[in-house]
Amino acid sequence: MNRYLLAEAWTRTLLLQDHNTRVVVIATTALGIAAGVIGSFTLLRRRALMGDALSHAMLPGIGLAFLAAPLIGWSEKSLPVLLAGACASGIVGTGTILFLRRYVRLNEDAVLGIVLSVFFGAGLAILGLVQQTSGGHAAGLESFIYGKTASITTTDAIGIGVTAVLTITFVGCLFKELTLLCFDEGFAAAKRFSTLGLDIGLMGMVIVITVVGLQAVGLILMIALLVIPASAARFWTTHVATMAWLSAAIAAVSCLVGALISASVPDLPSGAMIVLVAAAMFVVSISLGPQSGIFTRLADRRARLLPPPGVRRNPSAEDRVAGDRPEVGVGQTKDADRRYPGTAP
Amino acid sequence: MIATSDWLWELDGWIVAAGVLCAVASSLVGNFLVLRRSSLLGDAISHAVLPGLAVAFLITGSRQSLPMFIGAVIVGILTAALTQGIRDSGKIDEGASMGVVFTTLFALGLVLIVRAADRVDLDPGCVLYGAIELTPLDTVPVGSLEVPRVVITLGVVSIINLAFVVVFFKELRLTSFDPALADAIGFRSQRLHYLLMTLVAVTAVASFESVGNILVVAMFVVPAATARLLTDRLGVMVGLSAVLAAAAAVIGHWSAITVPRWFGYTSTTTAGMMAVASGGLLVLAIVIGPRQGVLPRLYRRWRLAGMILRDDLLALLFRSQERRSESAPTAGLIRQALPVNRWRLRLALWNESRAGRIESVDGGYRLTPVGRLRASSLVRAHRLWEQYLVDRAGVTVDRIHQHAERFEHFADRDLRDQLERETEFPSSDPHGSPIPSEENRDNPSSG
Repeated sequence: MNRYLLAEAWTRTLLLQDHNTRVVVIATTALGIAAGVIGSFTLLRRRALMGDALSHAMLPGIGLAFLAAPLIGWSEKSLPVLLAGACASGIVGTGTILFLRRYVRLNEDAVLGIVLSVFFGAGLAILGLVQQTSGGHAAGLESFIYGKTASITTTDAIGIGVTAVLTITFVGCLFKELTLLCFDEGFAAAKRFSTLGLDIGLMGMVIVITVVGLQAVGLILMIALLVIPASAARFWTTHVATMAWLSAAIAAVSCLVGALISASVPDLPSGAMIVLVAAAMFVVSISLGPQSGIFTRLADRRARLLPPPGVRRNPSAEDRVAGDRPEVGVGQTKDADRRYPGTAP
Repeated sequence: MIATSDWLWELDGWIVAAGVLCAVASSLVGNFLVLRRSSLLGDAISHAVLPGLAVAFLITGSRQSLPMFIGAVIVGILTAALTQGIRDSGKIDEGASMGVVFTTLFALGLVLIVRAADRVDLDPGCVLYGAIELTPLDTVPVGSLEVPRVVITLGVVSIINLAFVVVFFKELRLTSFDPALADAIGFRSQRLHYLLMTLVAVTAVASFESVGNILVVAMFVVPAATARLLTDRLGVMVGLSAVLAAAAAVIGHWSAITVPRWFGYTSTTTAGMMAVASGGLLVLAIVIGPRQGVLPRLYRRWRLAGMILRDDLLALLFRSQERRSESAPTAGLIRQALPVNRWRLRLALWNESRAGRIESVDGGYRLTPVGRLRASSLVRAHRLWEQYLVDRAGVTVDRIHQHAERFEHFADRDLRDQLERETEFPSSDPHGSPIPSEENRDNPSSG
C-alpha cells in the first residue's frame, strides 16, 4: 500500500501530472535555455560574471522603486514598479560597465567588481532607509532578491517563455555579429558593426533574463545558469553555434533533472539541485570533453610521447619540447603524425 | 556637519576603527587581486563559504566561531584553488571558472543546510554576516580600555597582511606582472599565489563575520583600482590604496549618519555607505585624477590643440609674407584658411601678440622678427618632411602635404638637420617652394 502510494507519487512527478511541478519544470527549463544561449556569448566575451554584477546592481533600483512607488500612488510592493526599478538600475549598471571599460584603464574583472560592490552597497544603504518607512520592512524585498523556485506562478512561466523566445530570436538574428564581437572586436569595428550597440544588446538580454529569472529562481541560480552550462559546452566543441545549442541543452537538462529530483525528494531546494546537476555535467565535461578535457589531454600526451607503432624513436630536443606542451588539443594529433613523414601506417 | 550629539566617540569611534581596519586589510591584498585579474574573488568567496560553515557546524554541533572560521577559510582557499585549476584547462577564463566554482559551492552549502535544518537551527545570514553597527557591543578588556573584539581581530589581520606585503613585496611584484619570468628564473610563483589566496580567504572570512560581506567585497577591488588609475608604481599603488580605503571608511560612516537626514530619514547602513564612498573616490579619480582623469586629459588635449593652432597661424603668416601679399591677412581671412572657431583664434592671436611673435598692422596681422624665426623653422620642417616623404618614403606628391602638416609640429632642430642630410640638402620642396634655411644656428629653437 505504502509502496504503491510512493510509486504513484513518483509517476505523478515524472509525468508532470501535478500542475505546480509542471509549471516549475517548464519555467526553469525555458529559463535554462535562454540563459544557456546568452551565457555562451557572455562567456566568449569574457564577461561570464556580468550576470553576477548586473543582478547585484539591480538592488538600488528595487529599493528606490520601493521608496518612490507611494509617491506616485502605487502600492510599494507592486511587481511592475519593482521590476521597472530593477531594470532601470540594471541599465545604469550596464552603462557604468561600458563607460569604465571604454574610457578608463581598468580590466574587465575590476570593472565588474566595482559595479557589483558599489551598486550593491548603495542598495543596502537604500534598504536601510526602506526599513524606516511606514510600510515598514523589507521582508518582501528579501524574497524578491533570493527567489522562491517552488512558488513560480503561471504568469511567471509565461514571462519566462516569452524571454526565451526573445533571446533565441535575438541571437538568431545577430549570430554572425555576436560571434565576431566575441572573437575579434577590432575586426568587428573595422567591418563597421557597432560594437557598442552589440554590447548593449548582449547586456540588455542579460538584464531581461536576470530580471525575469531573479524573482523566480533567485540570484545564485541565475548566475549559475548563465555561467555553468556555457562553460561545460566549451569543452565539447570549437564551433560557436554548436556551443550555444549545447549550452542550452545542458542548461535545459539540468533544470529538468534538478527540478524533478527536488519535486520527488523532500527537503531538497530546487534551485540548489539545478545548480548541482549542472555542476555534475560540468565535471563530466571538463574530464571527458574532447576540447582540453582532462582525460583527453592525458591520453593525448601519452600518444605524443610514444612513437607511432613500428617506428624506433630517437627524438630530437625540439620534438621533446613540442611533445611536452600540455595545452595542445586532440584536434592537432595530425600534426604529430606529420612529424614522421613516410612512416605513418 | 556632525552635531556632537550624533557622534559618540565610544560608539562611532569604534565603528570607524573596525571599518578602517577591514578596509586597509582588504585593500592591501586586493591590489594583487586586481593586478592578477581576479578582482571578483572576494565576491566568490563570500558566497562559496557556505558549505564550510555547514560542515563545520555538522561536525562540531555548535555555533562557536572558531570551527566555523576554520571551515570557511578552508572552503575559501578551495574556491581559489578550484578556480585556478579550471582556468588552467585553457578553455574558460578566470571569471567563468570562478562563477562555476562559487555557485556550485553555494548550492552545495544550501542543500547541506536545508537537509540538516530539521535537526538544527542554522541561518547562514545570522551566523556568518555580522553588522558593523554592532561592533561596540562585544568588547574585551585590554589594559584599562574596553576594546571591541572585532577591532582586535581585524587589527591582527591587517598586521599580517601588511607584513606579508612588505616581506614579499619583490616576489609579489614579479609574480603579478610576469609569472612566466618568475617561473623561468626558478621562482615558485605557485607557492606565493596560494599564500596570497590564503590571506585573501582569511581576510574575507574575518571581515564577513565581523562587519558584513559587502564591505570586504568592495574594499578588495575599488581602492586598488582607484590607486591603479593614479599611479604606475606598485609601491605607491599599495600605499595609496590603503589610504583611499581608510578614507572611504571614514567618509562612509559619516555619510551614513548625515546623508539620510537630508531626506528626512535617520541613519542608514554603514557598510553600504562605505562601499558607496569608495565608489565616490573612484569617480573623483576618474574625473580629476592627474594622469588618467577625464578633465586633465581634456585640458591636455585642448592645450595641444592650442599649440598646433598657434604653429599653424605663424606658418600661415609666413607663407603669406613669402608670397609678398599686399595686405597683412585679417582675422576673417585666417579663419577661412584654418578650421577653427572665432574664440579659439582670438585666444591664439592674443597669445602670440603677447609673446611678441605677431603684431597688428591696420586690421591685419604680421610676423615680428621673433615670430619670423619660429615660423621659418616650422615651414622648414614642413617642407623638409615633404621632400623626405617623396625621396625616401615614396609617397606621391599629392598626398604629402597632410602628413607633413602633422609632423611639422614635432620636428626639433636635430630632426630638421637629420632630415636635411637624408634628403641631401635640397633647396626647394617637391611643390617647388623654397626651403628656408636655419636662421639662427647658435640658438636652436625647440620644435
